[in-house]
Amino acid sequence: MSDYDPVEVTPLHADEVSRMEADAIAAIKAAGSLDALKQARLAHSGDRSPLALANREIGALPPAARAEAGKRVGTARRAVAEALAARQAELEAERDARVLVEETVDVTLPWDRRPRGARHPLTTLQERIADTFVAMGYEVAEGPELEGEWFNFEALNIAKDHPARSEHDTFFVGSTDSGMVLRTQTSPLQIRALLERGAPCYAIAPGKTFRTDELDATHTPVFHQTEGLAVDKGLTMAHLKGTLDRFAEVMFGEGITTRFRPNYFPFTEPSAEMDLKCFVCRGASAVPGNPPCRTCKNEGWIEWGGCGMVNPRVLVACGIDPSVYSGFAFGMGIERTLMFRHNAEDMRDMIEGDVRFTLPFGMEI
Amino acid sequence: MRVPLSWLREYVDLPAVTAQEVADKLTAAGLKLESIASHGHDVKNVVVGEVLEIEELTGFKKPIRHCRVEVGEPTPREIVCGATNFAVGDRVPVVLPGGVLPGGFEVGARKTYGRLSEGMICSERELGLGEDHAGIMVLPAGTPVGADVVELLGLRDDVIELEITPDIGYALSIRGVAREVAIAFGAAFRDPADVRPPEHTSRAWPACIDDPTACDRFVLRQVTGFDPEAKSPLWMRTRLIRAGMRPVSLAVDITNYLMLELGQPLHAFDTDKLTGEIVVRRALPGERLETLDHVVRDLDPDDILITDQSGPISMAGTMGGLETEISDGSTEIVIEAAHFSATGISRESRRHNLVSEASKRFERGVDRELPLVASWRAVSMLAELGGATIVPGVTHAEVEVRPARVSIPAAHPGDIAGMPYTKETVVRRLEQIGCVVVDGDDPAVREGGVDPTGVVTGGELAARLAVKGDDMITVTPPSWRPDLTDPSDLAEEVIRLEGYERLPSVLPSAPAGAGLTEGQRLRRRVGRALAEAGYAEVLAYPFISADDFDRLQLPADDARRRAMRLANPLGEDEPLMRTTLLPGLLKTLVRNVGRGFADVALFETGAVYRPREGAPEAAPVLGVERRPTEEELASIEAALPDQPWRVAVVLAGEFERSGWWGAGRQASWADAVQAGRIVAAEAGLELSVVADQHEPWHPGRCAALYLGDLLVGHAGELHPRVIEAYGLPPRTAALELELTRLETALPGPAQAPAISAYPVATQDVALIVPDFTPVADVEAALRDGAGDLLESVRLFDVYAGAQVGAGNKSLAYAMRFRAPDRTLTAEEISAARDAAVALAADRVGAQLRSA
Repeated sequence: MSDYDPVEVTPLHADEVSRMEADAIAAIKAAGSLDALKQARLAHSGDRSPLALANREIGALPPAARAEAGKRVGTARRAVAEALAARQAELEAERDARVLVEETVDVTLPWDRRPRGARHPLTTLQERIADTFVAMGYEVAEGPELEGEWFNFEALNIAKDHPARSEHDTFFVGSTDSGMVLRTQTSPLQIRALLERGAPCYAIAPGKTFRTDELDATHTPVFHQTEGLAVDKGLTMAHLKGTLDRFAEVMFGEGITTRFRPNYFPFTEPSAEMDLKCFVCRGASAVPGNPPCRTCKNEGWIEWGGCGMVNPRVLVACGIDPSVYSGFAFGMGIERTLMFRHNAEDMRDMIEGDVRFTLPFGMEI
Repeated sequence: MRVPLSWLREYVDLPAVTAQEVADKLTAAGLKLESIASHGHDVKNVVVGEVLEIEELTGFKKPIRHCRVEVGEPTPREIVCGATNFAVGDRVPVVLPGGVLPGGFEVGARKTYGRLSEGMICSERELGLGEDHAGIMVLPAGTPVGADVVELLGLRDDVIELEITPDIGYALSIRGVAREVAIAFGAAFRDPADVRPPEHTSRAWPACIDDPTACDRFVLRQVTGFDPEAKSPLWMRTRLIRAGMRPVSLAVDITNYLMLELGQPLHAFDTDKLTGEIVVRRALPGERLETLDHVVRDLDPDDILITDQSGPISMAGTMGGLETEISDGSTEIVIEAAHFSATGISRESRRHNLVSEASKRFERGVDRELPLVASWRAVSMLAELGGATIVPGVTHAEVEVRPARVSIPAAHPGDIAGMPYTKETVVRRLEQIGCVVVDGDDPAVREGGVDPTGVVTGGELAARLAVKGDDMITVTPPSWRPDLTDPSDLAEEVIRLEGYERLPSVLPSAPAGAGLTEGQRLRRRVGRALAEAGYAEVLAYPFISADDFDRLQLPADDARRRAMRLANPLGEDEPLMRTTLLPGLLKTLVRNVGRGFADVALFETGAVYRPREGAPEAAPVLGVERRPTEEELASIEAALPDQPWRVAVVLAGEFERSGWWGAGRQASWADAVQAGRIVAAEAGLELSVVADQHEPWHPGRCAALYLGDLLVGHAGELHPRVIEAYGLPPRTAALELELTRLETALPGPAQAPAISAYPVATQDVALIVPDFTPVADVEAALRDGAGDLLESVRLFDVYAGAQVGAGNKSLAYAMRFRAPDRTLTAEEISAARDAAVALAADRVGAQLRSA
């Protein structure tokens, strides 16, 4: 080494490299914005930066000195690059935080530019009932609202002079002897289902029905019922009860108490009325001395609908052999069901079409 | 049916139970409780007093008496009274100080008219016994002084009101209800009809049955020397009032009382007003009768009449004639008790719109064995209470009727119920209701007959209804149960008496169903889609008026003016069945606007009723003994109108709301047309839209909606005159579309498209066309011309102005091209675009707007 004349390369002196590194890091730290950092990067890490220039001088050193100088400069450049990246990250985070704050909006502002409509609860309730029975294997039967008298009465064992006939306040079409009426019940759908499908037959048939009642809080001349019909081998009243118990549970919730009470319908024999234990007072209002109940009018029970075993006469009129098949049928008022299930108090609200009544019911019920 | 509990107890050995308990048992047996009215439970301290002394007070506006009344206490009471119908020595009801009258009315001692009054002397009304408030209630001489009036007069009673179904006429009597109560409580029953009238050989009055289909038993008895001054006893009047009838006179009250007790309507004639033989027959043409209610009635040849040689004297089983009615002075009385045809009385009652207590019972079926008994009890009571003498003899005309019998297997009730009953149980229950049950089958039972409600049991039908099996029993129902004709009727009796509450609950397993039909699914989707799009569903009444057709500006020959008419509409203003959904929706829209909701969008889905061309005026009413033939069924369908399912929307005000974001958008014809597209899209179909002129729409803003060549509906803005006629907001728009027609065109399952991953090429073109050119035509030309490479075309601007020349408009389209298997070349793209423009030029004269 002593006979070698070393070229003195000042920039590669350890002191000098340390100074360049320190200058660079100081400038980087001092950069207050991303733009300033960009300038610092150019000045201290760019091609014309002191460390880059010093790096080029390494070649001028004698081979023995190159490794040490290269190591020294390399270490300094890495330190600068790390400082740059760290400062870059710091400044970006600051910028992001600032911008996001600036972009803050009031998320509580309304946005009802295009309000949703709704389906009528009587429609969706009929659909839910249909779904309940479809899930049990029933099919949904349909028929005309302006119906042949034979379907609405005679075929249902309600002869012309039957006292039950006068209980149906019937709308006659054309004249009173035209043989055409607005159906007073969904029961003619039993006849249509049996004539079309024969036995076995499991059908649910919701629909519009008509009686000449004046509109008030609990009556409407146009209302809705659902008819249910099952005709098969070996069906019994126990099956009817099981079916309606399930129906009541789906409509009103588990634990609903039901009761069968003898009643009379010409098209079923035996016939029953299906009562529900009042789910407001739980039957308590029927006991004298207890507070009154508006829902059941202190009866403790609510009449939900009629039912029974299909009268064999009806089966005969539909060409079904009552010695082979038996069946049950039931009919419930949709308006009443809506009143009980959703605390709707006035039937007029259901028919007047005020959107305030309909909108809360949404798409399904 | 109102049933005083005390009356029931007379015929049933009831244990100590409350009215509520009795009513609960009856409800469980099928006689449903309507309400319970309690009488006299709050009354206390009312005793019998004897009037010792009366001092008439003067100087007041009305007569006032100051009385001394002996009430069984150490000293008599001083009582002031405003009535004057009593005398010294009379026994009267007195409420003492601290006593309570019906309704909780408390009575104390007080100063009045300057004297002390220690209580009150009572009228019938004050005791809750009736309406009589004309004076004090004077009790019979010898009534024990100091006795408790509540006990003495039976003031304390509960009245159970029952809802009686049309099949059980027997329950419209104390007798029938008592029998049910006795069964329910397992208590002894005494039949009030269990009396044996003496045998007579002579006739009471000449009479015969002329029409055996009208009446099968007719009984007359006669009394003479009846005291017309005799009053109905208090117990009778009280019971009548409690049962809901008004006391009239002793003779009338007796007939009503026995009707309530036995269920047999009775009629009393004044013998002196009868002329010769009485004949039960149908009316002759032109005959008239003035009935008790002072209405002169034109009789129908089907009416059943009681006549004498002067003509009609009574409408059988419905209402008596005025002429032969007993009067306040009648002393000679003929009592009629009969069994009339249930259907005959039902028709007569409906025809004359005349429902009476008698007709209600006859049409529901009266016990055929009652007339002899009831008429005997009537004359006996007239004798006992009215001093009459019974004229020996009875008129008894009758037509032979075979009692119905039904054979069933003993297990049949259990087979229907779904739980077993022993044969012993079945027989016991049937016997409890009065049936005679014998072992074995009897083929003769299937010969059939006619039940009281007119249901024919033809031999063939009876055979079809017959139930066969092992261990047959043959049942003869009692005469008061004419409703028991079929095996099912007997099953119901056993099941209800064993208790519906004992029935097991078993869910049957139906065979797998097919779910909803495509049409049913479509209706749900349509409702949901419109609701999502902003429309609220309504269910309007389907009744409209002819004025609606005028308001809708329908031409005179418009098919929608042909509508089915109701014979008995609710109001004469809306007697027609709707042929379009719009009137109901428009009225509902107006109602909502009137309630302060100016921005309204509504929809309805439902049937319209469209008479068929050349349909018969009437639908036949077929028989029920067998399945009708297809031809017979078709003859009903032929008369019924077509009842397609439609959907309609109406909208007004802002369809998109104004808000802090800026201005909203008014509902317009375009929304209505779009609603049609939404509906069609739910069916998987695309509508073609064609300009049309069709009422009730604005002639320049009306779209006809087609599926190919099939017209399915119309949409657009309503005609200004329609808007005026209904009072609608300006620019109200509407859609009406026939869903049933969409259902016929359902395309089936959608086919999955092939998705190309190659790049898209976009080309914009602007075309100048005359401004009357329908945009739909331009777009169709572009689509057809561009060919298979076209992925989509979208109109993004419409411009009219100087730059495109007067009478023209510029349509700017964005066209996207893509191939399934390659990247398109510039040449291919240009060629496709040019072909599209060329076809548009060819079809609608479109010119490419120079860039």
